[in-house]
Amino acid sequence: MVIQGLIAVLVVGGLFFAFVSAVGLYRLPDLYTRAHAASKSDTLGSILSLSAVALAFGADVATIKVAMLVALMLITSPTAAHAIARAAHEQGIEPWTRGDDR
Amino acid sequence: MIEGPVSTILFAGALGFVTISVVLLGRILVGPTMQDRVIALNVVGSNVVVVIALLAAAMELPAFLDVALVYALLNFLMSIAISKFTVEQGGVL
Repeated sequence: MVIQGLIAVLVVGGLFFAFVSAVGLYRLPDLYTRAHAASKSDTLGSILSLSAVALAFGADVATIKVAMLVALMLITSPTAAHAIARAAHEQGIEPWTRGDDR
Repeated sequence: MIEGPVSTILFAGALGFVTISVVLLGRILVGPTMQDRVIALNVVGSNVVVVIALLAAAMELPAFLDVALVYALLNFLMSIAISKFTVEQGGVL
């Protein structure tokens, strides 16, 4: 019963952070601020939801795979966002400053 | 497939992640630069990984987790490959 409540809380938390990430991708003014929304809140949302999956499997071999998936997301998602933002910087895309229109 | 509240919670979570991903397709269409599209596509890809893992738990099919692992690796590889490609204009591919 406690496990059930914990799973529900983790899934709802993951959905909340994925929603925050989607709002950030829509509302923020330029590429670099959007990379910030995409890398941080989306990683946290994924990790919370995957923790719910690990709790649902319980003590099983599958839980080790979920832990590997969590570690993989934790490392690769910010790295990919960093690589894309750096590629944009080397292409000469200027960051947004206050006063520019979007 | 198991019945019960845990399964329902996990299916509902998967439905929510799918809805967020479908909404994010708008950012992929709008752009305006190529890197905007790639970042939005990366977020959609990691949401798909989470959806696969949630469905694996909801339907009690642990084999789906291998699919999720491979999808996460390919998602990372796609972002790195596209960012390398845009900087060096075909130098690495």
